[in-house]
Amino acid sequence: MISLQINGEKHEVDVPPEMPLLWVIRDVVGLTGTKFGCGVAQCGACTVHIGDNAVRSCVTPVGSVAGKPVTTIEALGSPGQLHPLQQAWIDEEVPQCGYCQSGQLMAISALVKQNPHPTDADLAESITNICRCGTYDRIRKAVARATAGKQAS
Amino acid sequence: MTLNRTDFVRLGSLFTGSLVLGVGASVCVNPSIAEAQASDFKPNAWLIVHPDEKVTVFVAKSEMGQGVATGMPTIVADELDVPFENVRVQFAPAAAVYQDPDFHIQITGGSTSTLSSWMPLRTAGASARAMLIAAAAKSWSVDPSTLTTKAGSVIDSANNRSATYGSLTAAAASMPVPKKPKLKTRDQFTLIGKVNKRIDTPLKVNGAAKYGIDVRVPGMKFASILYPPVFGAKVRSFDASKAKKVKGVIAVVEVPSGVAVVATNSWAAFQGKAALNVTYDNGPFAKASTASLKTQFLKLASRGTGAIVAVERGSKSVNGTSMEATYFGQPTAHATMEPQNATASVTPAGVDIWAPTQVQTLAQASAAKIAGVPIDKVRIHTTYLGGGFGRRLYADYTNDAVAVSKAIKAPVQVIWTREDDIQHDWYKPMAANSVSGVLDKHGNLVAMRHTVVMDSILVPLGFPLPKSGLDAISMDSVINSPYEIPNFHAYYINPKSGVPAGSLRAPGANWNGFVMETFLDELAHKAGKNPLAFRLALLKKNPRAIAVLERVAKNASWGSPPNGMKQGLAFGFWADTPVATIVEVSMNGSVPRVHRAFVVADVGIAVNPTIVRQQLEGATNYGLSMALASKITIANGAVQQHNFYDFLVLRIDQAPQIHVDVLENAPSPTGIGELGVVPIAPAVANAVFAINGKRARTLPFTDAYGTG
Repeated sequence: MISLQINGEKHEVDVPPEMPLLWVIRDVVGLTGTKFGCGVAQCGACTVHIGDNAVRSCVTPVGSVAGKPVTTIEALGSPGQLHPLQQAWIDEEVPQCGYCQSGQLMAISALVKQNPHPTDADLAESITNICRCGTYDRIRKAVARATAGKQAS
Repeated sequence: MTLNRTDFVRLGSLFTGSLVLGVGASVCVNPSIAEAQASDFKPNAWLIVHPDEKVTVFVAKSEMGQGVATGMPTIVADELDVPFENVRVQFAPAAAVYQDPDFHIQITGGSTSTLSSWMPLRTAGASARAMLIAAAAKSWSVDPSTLTTKAGSVIDSANNRSATYGSLTAAAASMPVPKKPKLKTRDQFTLIGKVNKRIDTPLKVNGAAKYGIDVRVPGMKFASILYPPVFGAKVRSFDASKAKKVKGVIAVVEVPSGVAVVATNSWAAFQGKAALNVTYDNGPFAKASTASLKTQFLKLASRGTGAIVAVERGSKSVNGTSMEATYFGQPTAHATMEPQNATASVTPAGVDIWAPTQVQTLAQASAAKIAGVPIDKVRIHTTYLGGGFGRRLYADYTNDAVAVSKAIKAPVQVIWTREDDIQHDWYKPMAANSVSGVLDKHGNLVAMRHTVVMDSILVPLGFPLPKSGLDAISMDSVINSPYEIPNFHAYYINPKSGVPAGSLRAPGANWNGFVMETFLDELAHKAGKNPLAFRLALLKKNPRAIAVLERVAKNASWGSPPNGMKQGLAFGFWADTPVATIVEVSMNGSVPRVHRAFVVADVGIAVNPTIVRQQLEGATNYGLSMALASKITIANGAVQQHNFYDFLVLRIDQAPQIHVDVLENAPSPTGIGELGVVPIAPAVANAVFAINGKRARTLPFTDAYGTG
């Protein structure tokens, strides 16, 4: 049994320690907001937080995060109080199909903890999450809105 | 297109005071809706007005990001005259009444949803409104023509009274259905063109939106299928002993498409699949490679073998300055962010399928065949789609789920890995185009000849070709080109290559448009003319096209690029919508860097202007992604790419700023979902020419310009 702490709740899971955290979250614990996109840490759809850090859960062995605080998109904000990025995503109408947006929000919310005012260049440098709907320009605008960052051109 | 052939019919016993309107006679009962309404009522309905003032609108199109779940209810609610906040949405089941009036199946494709649903949805809303008015008129004993509606109430201003729709549902249900309900005029719309929010956005920022991959059914298993890598190959034999030892693996079963590993979770299924040992009968395609196919395609293009006449206009021999060129395009994959998946439960009582599908009718019919049940025993539950782009017009993955569920007698979710998705797609086809043009002594384009070698896109979709064998989709942007070239001849060659050919966002046009627009740029330079003026001279009969070109030129300050950059221009069209794009480009070594893209489209009526802009932005990036580096190559009959590390797509560091402007110069909405793809690649290529004089005769650009 592995003891997990996800969104402040304890879960005891009977899985091999090498099983990726993504599949434990989705198929065992049953939280489906974290998405599967590639399985090889390329697309970022599976991004969650371990502590304050964004990690790609599709390549994170569950055994390595036993006891550490895991946060998924379901707990980025709360229904009564959205994370400022979530609100900005709504205000700028960022999502189209929406499938990658959990990962985008988790990756960028972790970035913002380190760098509260990321520029467009910072996003280009740090964020490699894939969006096939091509919402990138709106993501930049939403990040600027949420963080009052300057729009680099 | 309209309700003429299926006049509104009022439906029998109405339940719990709700007013339900439907179109045509029902042939299918959908239990999910019947259960939802606690009634055995037939589901051929577009809307329900509830006693609590809420309105349920049934959306018969699949929400894959393009906004139908917001746009369609907007249209209904506007004619019904209710506040948009009162509207809730339910995805429609597979049923005859929800079949597309043009395609005659339930399908979401071709950027046709809003156009083909425009009159049916307006009529449905207006008819309901008329019945609510009639109900109020009867109870007040006044002439219905003296009554109006506003924000979900019937108003009798002469007598200073009103009644909410919710209070009228039972009475309205017994009113006759108007034959021709009065529709609003454009200036009377209260929601169309004014709603700028999407109803699904809040669900897509907190993980709440449920996609196919998120479906959870009691007792369900997870399965992953090992497909033969070579196209057309079959499983000869397999050894599952190692796979069955993987913790969590429950069963290994052969299905028509391959070998399925069934497990308690997705990861165990993937591990089991990796442990399978399978031998294949590969068949003739095992000898094929990109090089052999390219040789075949180019030979066909140059010799014209098997060419089918697509357009014959004017003379074949025209004097003047002639130019010719040959183009070759690589296949690409859709790569929807949500890998293909479907959940199925096959029981003696019937089949349930929960899936992100664009093609409910085919998924249903095909499932019925596999499960051996009548079609009306197959219930399709459409989820949100994590991208579509045409990939989900095929029933392959729903078929797999049905086959596995049938074999293991339990509900199962078949989930594809990204590798499955990249290697077993219905690809944007490989293509070779041979094109020539003739300029007269004034530099006017007076003749063009265009041969397209491209696998049929229609056949794998299930649409038969006409007797001639001409595939109008594979020839899109050629046979329907609006350019007024007096002498124009076009030919189609179907190479039947053996690579699965598919419909990918603006199919046909996403390649042929590149050829046309880069070749026109070349001709314009040859003629010593401004590429904008050159195009305008060929579009004199097309005021909508002229307007988008002139507007984009103005927005982008055509002719005055920022320092260190050059501009490129291209025009395109799809689903009766013209579009033009100008890009500002510099080179990073041999890689084009697009800084800004200016896009203008004339969408007729923008039902939701924000969604229109999203689609044009997204299609621009999708097209740029394809153009920059996305390609599928083949060796020994199998796809060589695996995942996003070797099938390259656009990320935020390469994504341009996008400026969109929307014109509305047509009497009804025209398609928006695909067309933005068409002009972006040629616009970039034309800008690169302006920078370094190199012409791209192939896509992606990594093949044309190199990767250094």
